[in-house]
Amino acid sequence: MDSDPIVEVRGLNHWFGTGEARKLALSNINMTLTRGGFTVLMGPSGSGKTTVLTLVGCLRAVQEGSVRLMGHELNGASAKELTALRQRLGFIFQAHNLHESLTALQNVIMGVQVRPGLPDDLARHAAARALGLVGLSDRLDYLPAKLSGGQKQRVAVARALVGNPALVLADEPTAALDKDSASDVVDLLKRLGARRGTTTLLVTHDNRILDRADRILTLEDGRLVSVKETAAE
Amino acid sequence: MSRLLQRIFGRLPIGWLQLTHKRGRFAAALAGVAFANVLVFVQLGIMNSMAEATLRPYGFFDADVMISAADANALAEGGNVARQWMLQALADPDVNDGMGLFVGNVPWDRGGTDITLTTFGVDPGRPDFVTHGLTDGLMYLQVQDTVILDRLARGLPHEEAAAIRPQTPLAFETENRTLTAMTTFAGGGAFGGDGYMLVSDQTFLSLFPSRSSAAPDHILLRLRSGADVAATIERLQGLISDHSLRIRSFVDAAVEDLRYQQTQRPTGVIFGFGVLIGVLVGLVIVYQVLSADVADHLREYATFKAMGYRPRFFLGIVIEEALVLGLLGFLPGLIVGTAILTVMGKVTTLPLAMTPGMAVTVLLGTLVFSVISGGIATRRLAAADPADLF
Ligand SMILES: Nc1ncnc2c1ncn2[C@@H]1O[C@H](COP(=O)(O)OP(=O)(O)OP(=O)(O)O)[C@@H](O)[C@H]1O
Ligand SMILES: [Mg+2]
Repeated sequence: MDSDPIVEVRGLNHWFGTGEARKLALSNINMTLTRGGFTVLMGPSGSGKTTVLTLVGCLRAVQEGSVRLMGHELNGASAKELTALRQRLGFIFQAHNLHESLTALQNVIMGVQVRPGLPDDLARHAAARALGLVGLSDRLDYLPAKLSGGQKQRVAVARALVGNPALVLADEPTAALDKDSASDVVDLLKRLGARRGTTTLLVTHDNRILDRADRILTLEDGRLVSVKETAAE
Repeated sequence: MSRLLQRIFGRLPIGWLQLTHKRGRFAAALAGVAFANVLVFVQLGIMNSMAEATLRPYGFFDADVMISAADANALAEGGNVARQWMLQALADPDVNDGMGLFVGNVPWDRGGTDITLTTFGVDPGRPDFVTHGLTDGLMYLQVQDTVILDRLARGLPHEEAAAIRPQTPLAFETENRTLTAMTTFAGGGAFGGDGYMLVSDQTFLSLFPSRSSAAPDHILLRLRSGADVAATIERLQGLISDHSLRIRSFVDAAVEDLRYQQTQRPTGVIFGFGVLIGVLVGLVIVYQVLSADVADHLREYATFKAMGYRPRFFLGIVIEEALVLGLLGFLPGLIVGTAILTVMGKVTTLPLAMTPGMAVTVLLGTLVFSVISGGIATRRLAAADPADLF
């Protein structure tokens, strides 16, 4: 079971638009993510990185080919099944996407509360712990407006990790951050992911992140052009 | 509050947190809901008082069946009825007794303020036809030009009315006659008149010289106890030669009068319309606030969708907000509405008041309509597509 891949993509094609305007965004993508790795997805703008992430993250319907996520085939899955699978993922977006009306703690609670039947104080405890892990124990009751950009993105990391997801999908999480904050956030993701056995798939343009990767996938024009295992581990 | 709501919902009260985060908008929304509530309360209060005022004079009389002219939509409206039909009606075995009822408005110049008394002319020898508060006074009406006066009439000072007793009657001039009030009863101001007065049919005819004893405004019938009112009315319709007459049970007559006042008369229609406007104002305000709120949080909602929250969760947030707005807007609306109705009641002497029934109705209405607005506002949620977040 442990050696089962978290994500297995076979012959994945994806188009945007219809009729004349129909445009191939991904062409014959094959890739496998095994448990626990830190994979970076690179490529020029418009090469299809985000599209891969939304397909693997159950945010878009698979059109052609196969995507298996934790053993579930996503091609043909119902919206309900996709929603249920998403509850087991962690998302980190380019913008922090924190809820302005919720405190840091409450934002992180939202990351676990999605699991039905979880007692209130347990959710609160887990959220506080996750915020502690990203170094924000003293900011639990701060609204996002009172946090710096790096702190907000760390809250977003805590929110993505608090539910112990099998897979974390991050799309340019450091693009809006200065150099120090960016490397803080990536270090956190890498360190916490490794400790929890989480698989991470991170999209970036940022070369500073590459030396942290276990594996680097490069997309060009919708095709996977290189898979590089690095010596990081 | 937040903790309490968390207990209730079993999740973070996001709707509440979201609403209270923007205090200015929240206060404006509550004021809007409260305003709509006040509007509905005032209109409902007036409609209620109209209903009470319309039905009140029916309460003075005790009858089973009323015969009226075809155009007599209200007690004081329409043509009269020939007394001979009463004699025909009395031929029915189930009809025990009959009485002609005269109705007319008598002005009373009270030195400066002119008040109008809706005056009923009755047969003082038939106490069965009036209700409890009036039976005792009826014997005084045997004397020409004596009256039973409405002690709650608008423009009649309390002390003056309270002093009226057979030993200390009140004499007053009207229509060049001197009338003497021997005793009083509890009527009250209405929309058509300032109060009521009961006189004998003889006194009535001398107040209205053009009227004839052979043609009262209505004929009241009392049936044998246990008689089937509907069946008797059906027989009477065959028995009485004038088929244009309205022969109705006394209760139906009152109900039809009220329906007429509420749906045919401009006042009733206007107040009914006022309620509708109030409801619409509330609906639009709640919808505006909630749909703006949904639009403002599309990114957050899309994020929650990405995290795996189901449609029910988002509906829950908006409904939570709708209920908060409805409930918290209702309270100030209730307080202000009660105050306005109380002051209006004092000024107009109409039976205007906040009743528990009204409060409950408006509260439930507010919650239902808030939830409906919230439901409509959630249509915008579909625009929150988590695939657009990356
Ligand atoms: N919703 C959409 N509708 C139509 N075309 C789209 C849509 N999303 C992406 N595309 C197209 O698909 C291709 C791949 O887009 P994608 O967003 O995956 O690129 P990307 O590698 O993430 O680029 P970037 O680095 O700029 O984020 C692009 O040509 C883009 O124009
Ligand atoms: Mg992208």
